[in-house]
Amino acid sequence: MQIPYTSEHHPETGLYNAKLGIWLFLASEVMLFGALFTSYILLRMGAPTWPHGWEILNIPLATVNTVVLIASSVTMVMSWASLMMNDFKKYKMYMGITVVCGLIFLVIKGFEYAAKFEHGYFPSTNNFFATYFTLTGLHGLHVIGGIIVNAYFWGPGSKMWKTEPQRFVNRIEVAGLYWHFVDLVWIFLFPSLYLL
Amino acid sequence: MSTSSHSHTADAHIHHDAHHHEQGFWSKYVFSTDHKVIGIQYGVTSLLFLFLGFTLMMIMRWQLAYPGEPFPVIRFVLPIGIIGLLTMFVSGFKPSLGTTVGVLFMAMAALVWYLATGEERMPMGIMAPEYYNSLGAMHGTIMIFLGVVPLGVGAFGNYVMPLQIGAPDMAFPKLNMMSYWIYLVGGIIMVISFFVPGGAANSGWTSYPPLSEIATTGQTWWLVGMVFLITSSLLGSVNFIVTILQLRAKGLSFMKLPFFVWAQLVTSFLLLLAFPPLEAAGILQLLDRVAGTSFFLPSGLVISGEKLMNAGGGTPILWQHLFWFLAHPEVYVLILPAMGIISEIIANNTRKPLWGYKYIVYSALFIGFMSFIVWAHHMYITGMGTTISAFFQTTTMIISVPSIVILTSLAISLYGGSIRYNTAMLFALAFIPMFGIGGLTGLPLGLATSDLHLHDTYYVIGHFHYVVAPGTIFALFAGIYWWFPKLTGRTMNETLGKIHFWGSFVCMNFIFFPMLIQGMAGLSRRLYDGGEQYSHSANVIYLNEVMSIAAWVMAIFQIFFIVNVFLSMKKGKKTTDNHWEATTLEWSATTAPPLAHGNFVTLPTVYHGPYEYSVPGAKKDFTPQNEK
Amino acid sequence: MEHSHAEIKKHVRKYIFVFVALMALTVVTVAVSYLHLTMTTAVIVALFIASIKGALVAGYFMHLISEKKVIYLTLAFTLFFFIGMIVLTMSSISDQVMMPHVS
Repeated sequence: MQIPYTSEHHPETGLYNAKLGIWLFLASEVMLFGALFTSYILLRMGAPTWPHGWEILNIPLATVNTVVLIASSVTMVMSWASLMMNDFKKYKMYMGITVVCGLIFLVIKGFEYAAKFEHGYFPSTNNFFATYFTLTGLHGLHVIGGIIVNAYFWGPGSKMWKTEPQRFVNRIEVAGLYWHFVDLVWIFLFPSLYLL
Repeated sequence: MSTSSHSHTADAHIHHDAHHHEQGFWSKYVFSTDHKVIGIQYGVTSLLFLFLGFTLMMIMRWQLAYPGEPFPVIRFVLPIGIIGLLTMFVSGFKPSLGTTVGVLFMAMAALVWYLATGEERMPMGIMAPEYYNSLGAMHGTIMIFLGVVPLGVGAFGNYVMPLQIGAPDMAFPKLNMMSYWIYLVGGIIMVISFFVPGGAANSGWTSYPPLSEIATTGQTWWLVGMVFLITSSLLGSVNFIVTILQLRAKGLSFMKLPFFVWAQLVTSFLLLLAFPPLEAAGILQLLDRVAGTSFFLPSGLVISGEKLMNAGGGTPILWQHLFWFLAHPEVYVLILPAMGIISEIIANNTRKPLWGYKYIVYSALFIGFMSFIVWAHHMYITGMGTTISAFFQTTTMIISVPSIVILTSLAISLYGGSIRYNTAMLFALAFIPMFGIGGLTGLPLGLATSDLHLHDTYYVIGHFHYVVAPGTIFALFAGIYWWFPKLTGRTMNETLGKIHFWGSFVCMNFIFFPMLIQGMAGLSRRLYDGGEQYSHSANVIYLNEVMSIAAWVMAIFQIFFIVNVFLSMKKGKKTTDNHWEATTLEWSATTAPPLAHGNFVTLPTVYHGPYEYSVPGAKKDFTPQNEK
Repeated sequence: MEHSHAEIKKHVRKYIFVFVALMALTVVTVAVSYLHLTMTTAVIVALFIASIKGALVAGYFMHLISEKKVIYLTLAFTLFFFIGMIVLTMSSISDQVMMPHVS
């Protein structure tokens, strides 16, 4: 027996299963990052001294990363819109750019980390760096997860477009919701870690 | 559990099912995506963990009753080994579920042997103090995170909930399977931690820093295990909520849902939103231990006369906040499914509609909502200021109201019913006063003034065990007796069941009531020698032996349950689809539903409320939800 | 719920607009950080801009502006608990008899 509402909308909630599922997952992610932000605020408020992010961290590099991530969010939503307009070629292009942007973000992040390590800054140095590495590290893991999913839907996963187009569009929407959330987290991380 | 019998009862339905095809052994019983198989897997695993947690406690209780005397290993290992051997013998050593369980029991006996011997843990057979701490921490962890929650949510929720809402399966079957396997990995990590140098985690189930940060390697394993368990419950809760919101049968509106489903829905939301902060805290503590950060380590910490060389600047109180932000809702994760089970059983066995169904539902929703803003009542003794503690005292008093509403509604439901006293009902009836004691003894702990006196005493242990052990675990037992005919097509033996019930009921009270007395006398709760050294405990210390003996006797009564399960699976009286003449949808499905996707021959349509018993003018004294 | 092509095209124009807005706000927030305002002002400005950006991403890219009731309800609960967690934890710690860094 088939499970209902895998691709069509439920008459009452107006949603298909996966969309409700991803939003619930994102709600729990809000609590996860929320708890980490809470810890950050508390540690900073309780500390006798706390460096400004801009004194130590590389703002230009992080700004570039912000731009890259926001751009990838736009291409993500464009890839979904392309599918909605039945344009598979454009979908491939936009999704490809999204994946590449994600990778660029990670590479830049890698340079940033390497520079910190070179200067002898580690998570154990002080609570500023502990917070910085934890928050950006966890965010980085989320980026990696998103890249894997997006790359799958760009490559082998895109075969579904031929067999079950509606379900495939849904999958892209769901993957997009996750990717935008990762972007959203960064939008808050960037000022609170680097600019304050 | 339904392996042996489903072939007889389900054959008739198989050829109706167009999608049915033969599955291999592995995909059918092991890596199954069917919610019923996963429910059973959860059930078997969590019962084994409950048993392990119980065993740890039995070892601890020796030390408390007879501090400094060598532990009698043989007296404990032999019975478990014999049960294992007997189980294997009864199932004829053939590759079957029974043999598997037998093997698991033998493994358990070996594990107990390991746990109760060894120079490091039990020098000269006498328990080392660090090891006592380890047992305490792991007893709590295993009972809560690996035993009761997976049984109440993973097992009952998975097996019963989709049937009760008339769904063909869970919304995300593959996710469901992953959730079980991640849980199992988390559990195995916890068990392995007993074997690492320094032994398992020994900083209490709450893992308070700084103690937990300077503890032995076992704590790192504990944290990694917890991350797995949290991930598992996250996947599970997403799945539950989507299933309940999206896959209800036609006509099954929210106010027609059995209360059990409501309980699972609220529970899932609690798991979804309360667990991530603990995951965050777990990651931070893991980094403190592994990467040398100081999130929870204050500056200038001195350990054994030496200054700790860390950056410092952290705060241990932060851990307590993040921990209790989960752990208070967790209490309701334990109790709500239990209340759900009890409601089903009481309505059916009184042959009356549940009194105040709407109040019960609204109360459960209110509990879910409030449980997020009461957590710091676990922290009055951290030196919390009066303003904020007044806030938490107020919310704590408020949250006790809906629990009382539910309990009162259940009690009123009994009034005027012609009650059937079967084993399931006995457990359900015992739940009401037992959970009542648990809840009411909690009120003094919710008020800062009395909590300051009681907080670190046995009173707290007595209080929450009344909630969880004779409360929740009784409800879970009730659920097993209740849904057993659905799983297997056979009923459980009533005589064995009643022996199990009365034995457990009496023993439970002999274990936990003395704790309340000891606590009020001021006996501290984390003492390795049970308080021998303190003069204020002189009048109550004899109770330690009483409690220990009661605990060991209770173990004997559990054997009746284990025997009953296996005996009834093979030899139990065969029964019909609707053994209890119940109204909810799971009883309209086939008995022992075939272990493949699709629970119903045709998906049911619902016309009635969940508890239409003894409706005036109806032909029978029950009206199934799906009958016009 | 089916979208017509024209509708999607309208969406696409919105996405481009949001993208431009996000870029502009990124520049603003970075520029403000070079002013080295006092801590309180800096926090307020930075979080204000981040909130606008977040709202744009959630509202348009995640289509939250026209979402279903169930999702609004879930997120409302999440937001409530999130705020509860931050506010109550902070107020308990600042109400603490002993401040954490005093040792």
